[in-house]
Amino acid sequence: MGTPTTTGPVDMSVDLAGVRLPGPMMTASGCAANGREMHRFIDITQLGAFVTKSVKLDPVSGRGTPRMAETPSGMLNSIGLQGPGVTAFVEKDLAWLHSIGARVVVSIAGGTASEFARVARAVVRSRYASAVAAIEVNISCPNVANRGLVFACDPGGAHKVLTLVREEVPRGLPMLAKLSPDVTDIVEIADVVLRAGAHGLTMINTTLGVAIDTDRLRPHLAAATGGLSGPAIRPMAVRAIWQVAGAMREGRIRTAPIVGAGGVRHGRDALELVAAGASAVQVGTAAFNDPTAPHRVGVELERLVADHGFDRLADVVGIAHERFTA
Amino acid sequence: MTRTIAAREGAGVVQVEAEVLGNVAAGAYRHLTLVTPGLAELARPGQFVALSVGDGTSSMLLRRSFSIHKVSPAGTYGGTTEIVVAAHGAGTRALTALEPGESVGVIGPLGRGFPLPSQPVPCVLVGGGYGSAPLFWLAEQLRERGCPVEMVLGAASADRLFGVVGARRVADGVTVTTDDGSAGVRGWVSDVVPDLVTRTGAGVVYGCGPMGMLRSLSAIADDHGIVAQVAVEEAMACGVGICMTCVMPVRGEDGTTTMVRSCLDGPVLRGDRVRWEAFEDGYCRVPEDAVGAPRAVR
Repeated sequence: MGTPTTTGPVDMSVDLAGVRLPGPMMTASGCAANGREMHRFIDITQLGAFVTKSVKLDPVSGRGTPRMAETPSGMLNSIGLQGPGVTAFVEKDLAWLHSIGARVVVSIAGGTASEFARVARAVVRSRYASAVAAIEVNISCPNVANRGLVFACDPGGAHKVLTLVREEVPRGLPMLAKLSPDVTDIVEIADVVLRAGAHGLTMINTTLGVAIDTDRLRPHLAAATGGLSGPAIRPMAVRAIWQVAGAMREGRIRTAPIVGAGGVRHGRDALELVAAGASAVQVGTAAFNDPTAPHRVGVELERLVADHGFDRLADVVGIAHERFTA
Repeated sequence: MTRTIAAREGAGVVQVEAEVLGNVAAGAYRHLTLVTPGLAELARPGQFVALSVGDGTSSMLLRRSFSIHKVSPAGTYGGTTEIVVAAHGAGTRALTALEPGESVGVIGPLGRGFPLPSQPVPCVLVGGGYGSAPLFWLAEQLRERGCPVEMVLGAASADRLFGVVGARRVADGVTVTTDDGSAGVRGWVSDVVPDLVTRTGAGVVYGCGPMGMLRSLSAIADDHGIVAQVAVEEAMACGVGICMTCVMPVRGEDGTTTMVRSCLDGPVLRGDRVRWEAFEDGYCRVPEDAVGAPRAVR
């Protein structure tokens, strides 16, 4: 630490609860479909991991349209977890990701705790399971018809989902719980899911919002509410990571890797999340503007880490806590 | 100035920071010419490009999509793409204000263009407002294949028509309609298209414009036992198939309805495949028989 030494490559590898990733950059679930489309712009096998769109047990049509509204430095979406169902996902999407050699974080969702578990089972028992680097449990999608199903807002529900999924996930395969910022105390939820067996946390999912169409004077989205994402929510992501990493450092909750997500558009944004305590970084909405963003941000981050005089990304993780003296 | 960001071998699409070569008025619209190396060679009529607004610090994150008016492969400037832009909101106002020499992020060509008939059948091409932009290039290609081409250009008023003069060069006949009668026939394109289809014995109707117009063109085509190929519009965040926002209910060959991405499976769709009845008052609901539709509750 201390003296800047920018010579030599930076070790950008990440230990994700025992799984080694060559780099910290990931796509964010729901912001890169299932890989093929983004692979036209960047080689997704070069990412730390590719995170799929959340898959449910059965096919889901998603919500009606409009399901998107642009907001200042962000957007609202109410896609509603559109997807082909886990069987088609495995045979078509996971098979393709496996064929190109991508490291895949499969995002899973469900309407009940047992549905999550059945989706996880179908993925980890599939013949393409060797491509799976981790399972990300999406307990925080705000775009479900019954808002009571946002498990991440309910400690009991969150605990049940993670407990049932853990039983399906083989030893050595990390299980990440993706958390919502729309809670009173995110540290409490983090504690619950870690106790239930989550090996890591992804923070944050979108946060609930509404946009009004001022010509028609009614909600812009057909579903009225949507999830806010983009740079507008980055301070919320940094805050969530800061609070949870802080609790880990103080020994209040179990220590586990944090995957940061929320408003990352440039390397400097990624560095904010890392310094707050994230070991890896997902790029979501920025990819809609620039489909090369998940790769580009990684290049920018590596340069910044070197410019700060570090030769290991791991040495920067959570450093803001060490440098904060209040 | 112009800089290629991404162009993976065989991907069929390029991402460039394109220099603006020209920006001229065209009635109520702006006609932009962009330097887009690699794009022109790949593009087909009916495909589109997605433009970013401002640079990497812009608060407007989402790309704006425009159908390609014209491409010119490898000229002095290494290939150009032309689009027609109407200033609707802050994003399109920023794009219409671009000065020559400035740059703008462009991804394209995107989506599926207009399928061309294998036989030289008469065709009717219908454009609403600046929706006519891709039809002139299409008309040229159809005529190269020996298809007689009739064009219908409609708009609310004369200043909102696009390309009337150019249409006379590429079509065998041109009909203009305006809602207020300030040019051509007073009324809608749907008032003149049925007679035109009957008179020319058209085998295909091509359409690009507002969804209501495409819906009526599809109905007219159905009535005449022919196919309408329509370039649909639905709000898109990315244009490249990763955001899932631009979906609409479309019946597949097997009869099942799915919410398909209009940026990947479209923008050109067969009119009889689109579930037009799902669109109402600015919303589009998921038909109950669509794959994965929510089960009726309550």
